[in-house]
Amino acid sequence: MTGRISLPVMCLGILGFGILYVPMAVMIVFSFNAGKLVSVWSGFSAKWYASLLTNEQLLNAFGLSLFIAFWAATIATFFGMMIAIAFVRFGDFRGRLALSGLSSAPLVMPEVVTGLSLLLLFIGMESVLGWPAGRGVDTIIIAHATFGMCFAAVVIQARLRDFDRAIEEAACDLGARQPFVFFSVTLPVILPAVIAAWLLAFTLSFDDLVIASFVSGPGSSTLPILVFSKVRLGVTPEINALASVMIGIVAISVISAAYFMRRRFGNPG
Amino acid sequence: MPQSGSVLHRVTGATGRRLVVAIPLVWLAVFFLLPLLETLQVSFTTAQRSIPPYAPLWGFDETGFFTNFTLDNYGLIATYWQDYIGPAGNSIKLAFFSTIVCLLFAYPMAWWIARSNAKWRAVLLVMVMLPFWTSSLLRIYALIGLLNPNGFINSMLIWMGLIDAPLRMMQTDFSIYMGMVLTYLPLMILPLYAVMVRLDDDVIEAATDLGASSVGVWWTVILPLTLPGVIAGSLLVFIPAVGEFVIPALLGGPDQLMMGKVLWTEFFRNRDWPVAAAIAMLLLAILTVPIIYARYQDGRDDHTTNSQSGTP
Repeated sequence: MTGRISLPVMCLGILGFGILYVPMAVMIVFSFNAGKLVSVWSGFSAKWYASLLTNEQLLNAFGLSLFIAFWAATIATFFGMMIAIAFVRFGDFRGRLALSGLSSAPLVMPEVVTGLSLLLLFIGMESVLGWPAGRGVDTIIIAHATFGMCFAAVVIQARLRDFDRAIEEAACDLGARQPFVFFSVTLPVILPAVIAAWLLAFTLSFDDLVIASFVSGPGSSTLPILVFSKVRLGVTPEINALASVMIGIVAISVISAAYFMRRRFGNPG
Repeated sequence: MPQSGSVLHRVTGATGRRLVVAIPLVWLAVFFLLPLLETLQVSFTTAQRSIPPYAPLWGFDETGFFTNFTLDNYGLIATYWQDYIGPAGNSIKLAFFSTIVCLLFAYPMAWWIARSNAKWRAVLLVMVMLPFWTSSLLRIYALIGLLNPNGFINSMLIWMGLIDAPLRMMQTDFSIYMGMVLTYLPLMILPLYAVMVRLDDDVIEAATDLGASSVGVWWTVILPLTLPGVIAGSLLVFIPAVGEFVIPALLGGPDQLMMGKVLWTEFFRNRDWPVAAAIAMLLLAILTVPIIYARYQDGRDDHTTNSQSGTP
């Protein structure tokens, strides 16, 4: 439906977008500020961006976060796909209620509770089983994969529901066997959702501060943990530059994804 | 939907199907349910100087079975009203009003997007998705640069000569609400948009033709039809807002205590893990009602809630 918008609606809407965008815009502008003061403009400079590239600690944390997010998203997508297939295709299977409760509760669980409880579990397991020995990258990946798979399942389920079953049946009738049918017919159709699920799980993991803080060990500071410790000390031009880079990456990805989806699936006009 | 004809059903066989269910089920049981039970257990034990810094709840030693069961942690929470129950009430209050403020902005924004033509709609939706995919920590950080005593807003106002001394905006309820809106606005807009975009123009036209004023149309026709979106969005904002940590930690002062921050302090600063566990259980107890209600809504209205979180 399209139509006229009244003036008050327009004003509140613009104000709302303003709240979302003005802080980011100001921060990006001041990331090019030559001076160390964050609110007094003293000339254009890209030196804070240059100093990012030589900040070893930051680059290490960035690499670590990428590594964790990659594996967490991969595990999450794989398991999320299994959950989605079970819900959409298996009908009234045994354990449906349990799986549905367990895969939806993490979506709404407060992060501090998830983080604390996972840490307590890891410590308990260590004393009983001897694994995991200490906490670090592996425990963060497990934690992120766990909530990531629940988000992935929701995204993939939505796509799987709209899926026309007839083409699977056709492949089957033509003599294709199940794993083949899945990989050659089902997977290509749900692929956009699988990619979206992976990206969502990746982003959630990459941005997570709270859960990672609980389950990380010494020497495994992810980028959000590092940024948080610096932000507590105040606003600095270097963090401005870092944040601007990350926002830039997200902006390019989101806009190109939207453009691609529109060209491929959207209606022209 | 008849399942007997399902391809997966027919060909994969029972073992494959069982594995597809069992693997994620076991993972979630071990890494989600078990941790909560462990936390419940730790909340009934005592803190001590050791690694880990709490006593085992039960076990066996030379004298046989022993237990460290205690209700002290919950007693402590009940006794130190100001330190624990106060933040709990404050969390609910701040989360509730944050939800209202989000709704105030999100409703017209979603309406605007839904009523736009295809081209504008795509642009505006991308503008909502962009902050959604951006780290909230970084967006909150950007807000600090705006609200600080020496931040952008104060500098501008002083430069324009409107004020002499910087306004105190940080570490107030105002900064908390700004942070909450900044963080959760997209979560409120998306379900509202999903409902509004399917709204039938004819219904509104019919009401208008029958002589209803624009406020009348909104109250009697549009609001009831968009109510599922209002409820879904409000739950998506309210539930995480109650347990929020980053916003009160970075934008709030000593007066803006919220449960997430108190739990964090007990755990990381005071190293009193049993009390932190008890706070976690209290937080869960508070959220049980909205979470179960959200589940109920989700089950009743599966398609709406699923389709909105899908595409970027």
